[in-house]
Amino acid sequence: MKTPQRPPAIPGVDAEAVLGEARRLIGSRIEQPARRAFLQRTLTLGGLSLLTGCSISDQPSVEAALTRISRLNDRVQGWLFDPNQLAPTYPESMITRPFPFNAYYGEDEVRVVEEAGYRLEVTGMVADRRSWTLAELRAMPQRDQVTRHICVEGWSAIGKWGGVPFADFLHRIGADTSAKYVGFKCADDYYTSIDMPTALHPQTLLALSYDGQPLPPKYGFPMKLRMPTKLGYKNPKHIKAIFVSNTYSGGYWEDQGYNWFGGS
Amino acid sequence: MDCAARWAPGLSRLIELFVMKAPTAAANNPPMPSDATSIKPAITPAIKPAPIHPLWLRITHWINALAVLVLVTSGWRIYDASPLFDFEIPTSITLGGWLGGALQWHFAAMYLLFFNGLFYLGMNLGSGRLQAKFFPLSPRGIWNDALEALRGKLSHADPRRYNNVQRLAYLFVIVDIMLIVMSGLVLWKSVQLAPLRDLLGGYEFARRIHFFGMAALVSFVALHLVMVALVPRTLLSMLSRHGGEAA
Repeated sequence: MKTPQRPPAIPGVDAEAVLGEARRLIGSRIEQPARRAFLQRTLTLGGLSLLTGCSISDQPSVEAALTRISRLNDRVQGWLFDPNQLAPTYPESMITRPFPFNAYYGEDEVRVVEEAGYRLEVTGMVADRRSWTLAELRAMPQRDQVTRHICVEGWSAIGKWGGVPFADFLHRIGADTSAKYVGFKCADDYYTSIDMPTALHPQTLLALSYDGQPLPPKYGFPMKLRMPTKLGYKNPKHIKAIFVSNTYSGGYWEDQGYNWFGGS
Repeated sequence: MDCAARWAPGLSRLIELFVMKAPTAAANNPPMPSDATSIKPAITPAIKPAPIHPLWLRITHWINALAVLVLVTSGWRIYDASPLFDFEIPTSITLGGWLGGALQWHFAAMYLLFFNGLFYLGMNLGSGRLQAKFFPLSPRGIWNDALEALRGKLSHADPRRYNNVQRLAYLFVIVDIMLIVMSGLVLWKSVQLAPLRDLLGGYEFARRIHFFGMAALVSFVALHLVMVALVPRTLLSMLSRHGGEAA
């Protein structure tokens, strides 16, 4: 059967006038103003309760308000962040094996970047904008650390990453460390950006190795920015370009609603 | 009140504002005897019966209820992103639509719960209400009142007085929410809040505390709603000054 269309208005009847009269009739039967107000408020609450589940989130005004609160949370977290507070480190015996793979695509779609011809681009507010080969990065002093990776989903795993302390690299390229942001573009079309205090944190590594071996493709060859003070999605893999900027540039997940600061 | 005045004059004024405020609907009050007309208005509030629950308590209760509703339902959606145990929460009763949306709700409502909770605890301690309403509390008293309740003989004649089972249940949920907030802070800021993280057994253990704290809170709410359904007057007293009592 065909779905009936919206019923036509009754001809010759003014809907507004009918409603107004109904309100007057009902209103006169409920004499006490307090009770009338109570009923009216209860009806409003009942209406609100009909907006259940995700439909509340779909309201543009609600979405906008939640986004504003998320940006407020970025500022609160930046204020709470102590650049000298270190994340705990663990013995190698506690490394999670196998370390879980995680990306916005499946493990069978991992991008394979060839070392030959690879250059790390550096742009923005830096003194030296020349590109870097992997050999040049490996020639810089390296550090290993075993830390906990915490995913926004809640799970965590302990891994061992090695590479160049990112603060050393930023100083080497003459980055303006008074800039607000460091951004990353990746070979798998992922992108993200972080705050400068986290970029300069002593445990933030431009990681070139995992568990003593060159970083395998699934963990982000040729390099990943490893920050034990940030959630997993803030740690970009397959980095091909780094830029220093005062302009907010968001990120792949951040633009969809994940919190931008995303760290502890 | 004296205690609060010693603590901080500002807090005392705040309490006076909420606890001693004269009702706005003066017309509802019984007419005064003619010889009482000489009483100055300044002390009029003192001879009125105190509200069953002061205004600040009723407001913080409902803000807390809203915050808990949002935090629990969005928390369920976050749980589903990586279930700790061998079950998932049906998406239809969760809030946020997807993980990112649920996180936004969760990290918005946490402010509501946190600051409302701090205000509640401050007022409760500062006004002496905590001591007056929840103590003494003894195992024997809890046992006796629980037996009476099961026999259906527990009196609810005085809504201003909590029986021992109520005292235990409300104190439990206060401590439970504090534990949920602390473990939540560890999950959010596990590096910055290192001492709290270590106190709660590390990130992964704090995750479990957060989950079981939620389960205990949801159990409390279920029981609380059953009790309110059995004694509906308690709902009215949480809505208005003298709800359910003859004026």
